Amino acid sequence: MKQPDSVKDMGKKPGEPLAQINQLEQIPLPPPFDKLEDEPQFAKLSDEAREKYVVLDDTIAVNIEKPKTKEDEDALVQGFLSGLEKLFSVEDNWTFLQPFEMSMEHCAKCQSCSDSCPIYEESGQNELYRPIYRSEILRRIYFKYIKKASPALHGDIDLNWETVARLIELSYRCNLCRRCAQTCPIGADNGLLSREIRKIASMEMGIVPREIHDDGSVLQLEVGSSTGMTPMIVKDNIEFIDEDTAERTGVPIETPFDVQGADILLIHNAGEIMAWPENPGAFATLFEAAGLSWTLSSDVVGYDGINYGVWYDDVQFARVAVRHAQVAKKLGVKKIVLGECGHAHKALTVIADKVLTGDLNIPRESAIVTMRDIVRSGVLKLDKSRNDFPVTLHDPCNMVRLMGIVSPQREVIDAVVPEGRFREMAPHGVENYCCGGGSGFAIMSGHNFQDWRHRMTGRRKFRQILDSFQDESMDPQHYKYVCAPCSNCKGQIRDIINYYDAFEKAGIYYGGLVELIVNAMEDVQPGFIDWEWH
Amino acid sequence: MMTTLAYVVAYLGIVFFVIACIARFLMWAKMPMHVRWELYPVAHEGGGKAEYGGSYLEESEWWSKKRQVSLWGELKVMLPEIFFLVALREHNKKLWTRSFPFHFGIYLVGAATALMLFAGLIVGYGPDSIGNPVAQLMGWVLPVLAGAGLVLGILGAVGLVLRRLARELSDYTAPADLFNLIFFIVAFGVALVTFVVFDRDFSMVGSFVTNLVTFNLAPINDGTAGLMLVLSVVLLAVLVAYIPTTHMSHFIGKYFAYHSIRWQDDPNLPGGKQEKIIQELLSRPVTWSAPHIGADGKKSWLDVTLEDQKK
Repeated sequence: MKQPDSVKDMGKKPGEPLAQINQLEQIPLPPPFDKLEDEPQFAKLSDEAREKYVVLDDTIAVNIEKPKTKEDEDALVQGFLSGLEKLFSVEDNWTFLQPFEMSMEHCAKCQSCSDSCPIYEESGQNELYRPIYRSEILRRIYFKYIKKASPALHGDIDLNWETVARLIELSYRCNLCRRCAQTCPIGADNGLLSREIRKIASMEMGIVPREIHDDGSVLQLEVGSSTGMTPMIVKDNIEFIDEDTAERTGVPIETPFDVQGADILLIHNAGEIMAWPENPGAFATLFEAAGLSWTLSSDVVGYDGINYGVWYDDVQFARVAVRHAQVAKKLGVKKIVLGECGHAHKALTVIADKVLTGDLNIPRESAIVTMRDIVRSGVLKLDKSRNDFPVTLHDPCNMVRLMGIVSPQREVIDAVVPEGRFREMAPHGVENYCCGGGSGFAIMSGHNFQDWRHRMTGRRKFRQILDSFQDESMDPQHYKYVCAPCSNCKGQIRDIINYYDAFEKAGIYYGGLVELIVNAMEDVQPGFIDWEWH
Repeated sequence: MMTTLAYVVAYLGIVFFVIACIARFLMWAKMPMHVRWELYPVAHEGGGKAEYGGSYLEESEWWSKKRQVSLWGELKVMLPEIFFLVALREHNKKLWTRSFPFHFGIYLVGAATALMLFAGLIVGYGPDSIGNPVAQLMGWVLPVLAGAGLVLGILGAVGLVLRRLARELSDYTAPADLFNLIFFIVAFGVALVTFVVFDRDFSMVGSFVTNLVTFNLAPINDGTAGLMLVLSVVLLAVLVAYIPTTHMSHFIGKYFAYHSIRWQDDPNLPGGKQEKIIQELLSRPVTWSAPHIGADGKKSWLDVTLEDQKK
């Protein structure tokens, strides 16, 4: 395993990777995936990519081209310093000033957070991925080059374009799950510092991974969804989903669109409509069966709950949040209910709480809570035996550690899964591990980034999933269900199951929470969950 | 002359410490409202939710219900955290075995100092019928409290220095980090030697403190003992003044880290008092330079937020 000797290496060894993982040295997974030599080969980064872009480790997320002139090099450094200074300004960064400054000033560098980071652990404790490695570089740059303090006080670091470019790349080796912050005895948040580095890159330097900016928030604001779906297409797709769902359930449904004065505006992650149509279909079936007054919106942005700004850019975040609120205001709904998407939950419910005011301050609620209430109300006739298979639950960080929604999903599972079939992951709840797709990783796939993600960020979650099913037969015909009530998490879990071929080899399947409810509804034909790989 | 210097430095140290702590506290307290960035479990969540990390967001239509906030829930977490460094024990046992004695030693020395000041006031201003028994009691209590505090503080600081030099911490250790710990070792060490060799019943330092609180700058002792007392007082006073100027002021920052960030979950309810503050913040100018922001230094957060809708 190659790893940096010191934080000072960041600006040294030009063009060389600072860290490389030997997959045969990683911690083996639980059975039946316990032979390292049988694991898929980690795709190598191409020579062309190494030649063209700044190199940090085994992969590239951001695509920062190597500067061609001294002026370009200086522009990178100056842009970064300028952005860093703005992070300390009330005007430019009131949004995060206090948490940011707290973490910059008070980290004792005690390494209490290191073991909490699944990336650092699964890398074999590679120094580059230590949670404070990147934040220590940021601190030293700040104190030495902006505050002009003596390196004797806060440590030394050389600043050149490579330091800056690598640091930005390194900010995209963190899932922003904030497990590290949870363990900090002082309250420093090294996860937040990753996000603030991303902010400097995006908001000052215009450097962002294409998937989350151009193909993400920009596309969403322009056409309505990062999936590229326009209002017309989304209505067509939902119509198709209604037909398909009705065929599967035997219960006719028609998803309401743009119902003025409905109680609830339901906002899905539009990825569900494209990749997992059974999820919006199940929501429609459930809400209709419960007799709720609800609607979807066909207004631009109103049908896609994603808000990628939470990972990298406060202005892009605010733009999307305001659009969501405007759509709800236009419809005159009583509340917005967020579908199974963790970051959309946190974005609109918690972070936008300090952005939306006046008639845009429309109450927001989690669909998990709505589902719990429906199940609790007794309006549904439920047959638990239809879910007679092993079930484990993934806790999306954004909903659980960052919002405290822990119990409703468990109450739903209790109501729809037979006793003894549900098992918790270890650890779970607010101490859960990220799926590995957090902070945009689930949708990032340039170069060999997906392979890096599977081997590094998603490996701990896959380990947890396998551990949770160790008391079950791993026969592929013995189906096991990973319930992941979050679209990005679901995408990541799909990808990692696919990477290890875990459906074919061990019968491990995945899906949302609402599908489990509909699968147990007596008024619905049996077999809503069809155990077909997709 | 030497004792006068000790009195002056002690006054200056205390005054500087108080002013610096207040300034530090105000710096954090005056920072603008930030977006919510809480982390669960939030200790004040009522209704049994704090135990498993739940929040009021688990309730349907939470905005229309009275929140259950438990001060006792906060105290249950805060007090063990302050006195026993529970989070460090849970997540970094190796460091805790050094850090806990260090911090607890400081607490004991701090408690001894507070008692000395309190006793000094009674002895200095109260009747002898109360002052004498108090002085006698202090002669028993203070050596135990301060002695244990100084020993624990020195052992902890030595342990922390060694730990900071270990492979996984050394690269993240600045010379100032080591200096701070060594400063504690020296200041506490000199105080310990003074106590053990010259002032086992704390009568000399007790008199000094009584004089200090009664503003009677009388000489205490001319010999080596007096010199050691002066040296101890000067070192401790400078240390006390130095602490709030460094990241060791985390004892102030930590309050805000928990109450203003980690546990700050107050919702912005429609029509509530937060809305005005948010509107003022949204009217602040933005200077971020990336083209997609569309800022010019005059446009506000609200302007740039609505910018894309003009296209």
